[in-house]
Amino acid sequence: MSGVTVDRRNNVTVTGRADGPVVMLAHGFGCDQNMWRLIVPGLARDFRVVLFDHVGAGHSDLSAWEPDRYATLDGYADDVLRICAELELPPVVFVGHSVSAMIGVLAAIRDPARFAKLILVGPSPRYVDDAGYLGGFSQADIDELLDSLESNYLGWSAAMAPVIMGNPERPELAGELENSFCRTDPAIARVFARTTFLSDNRSDLAKVTVPTLILQCARDAIAPVEVGEFVHAQIPGSSLVTLPATGHCPQLSAPDATLAAIASFAADSS
Amino acid sequence: MSEAGVDPALLEDSVEDLYENAPCGYLSTRLDGQIVKINATLLTWLGYRRDELVGRRYFSDLLTVGGKLYHETHFAPLLAMQGEIGGVALELKAADGARLPVLVNSAVRTNADGEPRLIRTTIVEARDRRAYERELLRARREAELEGERLKLLVTTLQRSLLPPALPAVPGLQAAAHYHFASLNEVGGDFYDLFALGAGRWGVFLGDVCGKGAEAAAVTSMIRYTLRAAAVYDPDPGAVLSTLNAALHEEYERDSGRFCTAVFGLLSRDGDSFILTLASGGHPAPLLIQAGAASYYPVRGGPFIGVFDDAVFTATTIVLAPGDTLLLYTDGLIDARTDEARERFGEEALAAFAAGLGDGGATLVVNAIIDLLDGFGDGLDDDVAVLALSAPPGRASRKARPAELDRRS
Repeated sequence: MSGVTVDRRNNVTVTGRADGPVVMLAHGFGCDQNMWRLIVPGLARDFRVVLFDHVGAGHSDLSAWEPDRYATLDGYADDVLRICAELELPPVVFVGHSVSAMIGVLAAIRDPARFAKLILVGPSPRYVDDAGYLGGFSQADIDELLDSLESNYLGWSAAMAPVIMGNPERPELAGELENSFCRTDPAIARVFARTTFLSDNRSDLAKVTVPTLILQCARDAIAPVEVGEFVHAQIPGSSLVTLPATGHCPQLSAPDATLAAIASFAADSS
Repeated sequence: MSEAGVDPALLEDSVEDLYENAPCGYLSTRLDGQIVKINATLLTWLGYRRDELVGRRYFSDLLTVGGKLYHETHFAPLLAMQGEIGGVALELKAADGARLPVLVNSAVRTNADGEPRLIRTTIVEARDRRAYERELLRARREAELEGERLKLLVTTLQRSLLPPALPAVPGLQAAAHYHFASLNEVGGDFYDLFALGAGRWGVFLGDVCGKGAEAAAVTSMIRYTLRAAAVYDPDPGAVLSTLNAALHEEYERDSGRFCTAVFGLLSRDGDSFILTLASGGHPAPLLIQAGAASYYPVRGGPFIGVFDDAVFTATTIVLAPGDTLLLYTDGLIDARTDEARERFGEEALAAFAAGLGDGGATLVVNAIIDLLDGFGDGLDDDVAVLALSAPPGRASRKARPAELDRRS
């Protein structure tokens, strides 16, 4: 992917048609901007594509990570607005995957003028079930996930990667892990998981004023169909498209359909 | 044994048996995760019949909720991007609800055109390994906790050996800094500035040989001995002699610890301060005066605590307005500078201090803090500095000493 890194903190990459409308792609919990690699070439034909890593993920500046700042999604929303401002971007079509969908919602409420449109991929305003609301997870489920991350038993090799990377005397290990994407510092991942899975942004949805598309997968263990419908009902005038895809990452499992849906909503001038 | 010498049972010519009864689980799924093939080993581990899973369930259905989330957010995306993923620790949920810790490797199988067709997964039982990993993590957490506890103990103890803040001495600017070489060990440097009443103040700074808990105990004893002796004895030399006697007793008994120190009595004289100072084996103080800095020739006594009968003689120093006196421990001049790894030394310190002009005690101490930062890992000892200055520019008020006296 060609592009220029203009911002070290968020490892911002800009690619695509220089005079095209701006599409900004925001990755979710667990990965980095690599998440979008299958659809970036398609988008780059017509759009100026801005990619970045959330602070703490991918090749962002890990020293910029502060536990307090990133203990709420507002810290991440603030980063999105700072990238828009620093790059002097015209109003962007913001595509937020997973937790970044809500980050985009918060940013668009705070400064609607920066956003032309919102595309929310697999959004969930709250993961934990509540009275009259189905989030897909019980509090016990989420506690189990957070405990798992605490005790670090998930993704042993992923968790160990930074440690192994810090072993210059064993270069063979580094080489082995070099081609793995989406490396995360386990300590940062723990906080990000807590921020993500304990958030409740249901009351923010009605405040969104920019045109919004909700893209959801037909079979998604993290954001079930009911959640997508809830988001659709809450955001005034929003559209909902259900992709014939399984899993939480349609940009990887169904890249063509995802690209087509994003491109057509982003280009639509009505 | 057959005639050919090979037991037919050892030929391993049944591929199906190799697959079904391998000592690991085999699982094949469609790209969306739906199970299309599974071996007998894995079915036994999970307690399912083949027809309960094949064509009906998805790989993520076999995972715990935490594992499902991990699968969706990490495992599946990485597999899609890399075509393979290995060594991932997950827990499988058996039919009876039991949890099976496993290590999972997956690879995407492509057709002749390179199109991804299905995902092959091998699953290795990892109960023992997981228990071992947990033990490692527990041990690490414990070690971290111990480290925190030690740091807290050290900083608390260290704090008890230093004044929390310097007292305000009317007309005097005083500043101090303590650089801790290690957060895990109490340092052996010390200083203090305290009121003695009747317009007199006691001041000391020194260095106990060694560090750690034993040195801290000696430091504590030194501090209280000096403070107590100063109340009854107006001669700094005699105060150091008292300390020598107390320390020598310990030294003889078992501690083998001695110290170097300067002790002074401070009193005000108009806009100036008079300091009578005695030294026991301690580096000479640095007097910064009119843009120049020189070591003040204080008459030096022996190391404190080593000899039975030690005599210390006081020297009188006048701090005129604009003058700054710097007391320090040898960690400052023994620091190795970045380039040559040579000792920073007395000469360099004097030149450095001379460059500071008559900025006063606070400025001098702040500049030294920056200087110490610049030494980086060339600084491996504790450093204590204490600066005293009579602020300049008060000459115009000399005409009204009565008013000044009233204020103080």
